[in-house]
Amino acid sequence: MDPRRDPRGALVRPYAVTRGRTEPSRDIALEAVLSSNATQVAESRFAGHDKYRIATVCEGRAQSLAEIAAYTRMPLGVARVLIADLVADGLLTLHTAAPAEGFEERMEILGRVLSGLRRL
Amino acid sequence: MDFAGYDPAGSRQSRGIVSAKIVVAGGFGVGKTTLVGAISEITPLTTEALMTAAGVGIDDPSKVPGKETTTVAMDFGRITMAQDLILYLFGTPGQTRFWFMWDEIIRGAVGAAVLVDTRRITDAFAPLDYFENRKLPYVVALNRFDGSDLYEPEEVREALAISADVPLVMCDARDRESVKQVLVTVVEHAMIRLQAEHGRGFPTPVG
Repeated sequence: MDPRRDPRGALVRPYAVTRGRTEPSRDIALEAVLSSNATQVAESRFAGHDKYRIATVCEGRAQSLAEIAAYTRMPLGVARVLIADLVADGLLTLHTAAPAEGFEERMEILGRVLSGLRRL
Repeated sequence: MDFAGYDPAGSRQSRGIVSAKIVVAGGFGVGKTTLVGAISEITPLTTEALMTAAGVGIDDPSKVPGKETTTVAMDFGRITMAQDLILYLFGTPGQTRFWFMWDEIIRGAVGAAVLVDTRRITDAFAPLDYFENRKLPYVVALNRFDGSDLYEPEEVREALAISADVPLVMCDARDRESVKQVLVTVVEHAMIRLQAEHGRGFPTPVG
């Protein structure tokens, strides 16, 4: 992250927990799912309180970026920055969102969603 | 190694949990959260985004009072379909001044349902305009409130100038079966659209 961007974060107090960074190190979709195991949660303890809370929320039950933000009561942008850091540090596992390209793959996902809905 | 399944390149072949989302759009108070709540396995959650853009281009932080940051709320629900498949339902913020959030919400979505209240039909113009100008497949769902049988579906289609290839369904946003049918229509429509695009010769590997 370009350190010159840092002063901008001081404009908005919620971004203090990200040390002023408003841009995540990787893009994470709203519905992208994240999970953590006991080892990752234990190690995230050393990454700071907010990151530890995030890792804890995902332990044993995969959660989307949107869910993590809601459960931790963090603004979406803040959660996204912290989650990207956790993924980069191997403290959170990022799963794929539905593929946007490739006819066969997209049809397969749509077919699975359709039968999933019909089973409800 | 703990993270053996994690592929930094985001390979689609990696075995993991796949998530998909369907967007529920419509005017303010049309019943989007009710619809999501009728079928979600969790009580609809709210997540908030801050409009940090307020500070862009302003060099002196002291001139930006904290109060001017606005929060935009969106409601969403979840349906766990299998151990490796989760469907999320995202409601769009009702106020049209938050269009910029819609772009983020619809990115990568399967499709959308535009919820229309037949008592306030003009509220649907803005959301319909939005989707007409996007590639995302969408259907129109008429939410019938008690005693609101003001218009027949075809009258609504005409009034809102909804093109013939856009499915239009009646629904009760409070009723789980009815909501399920709306979502099934969205996915079926998305599949038809995808199939049609594919048939027109979009590049794809032979399967």
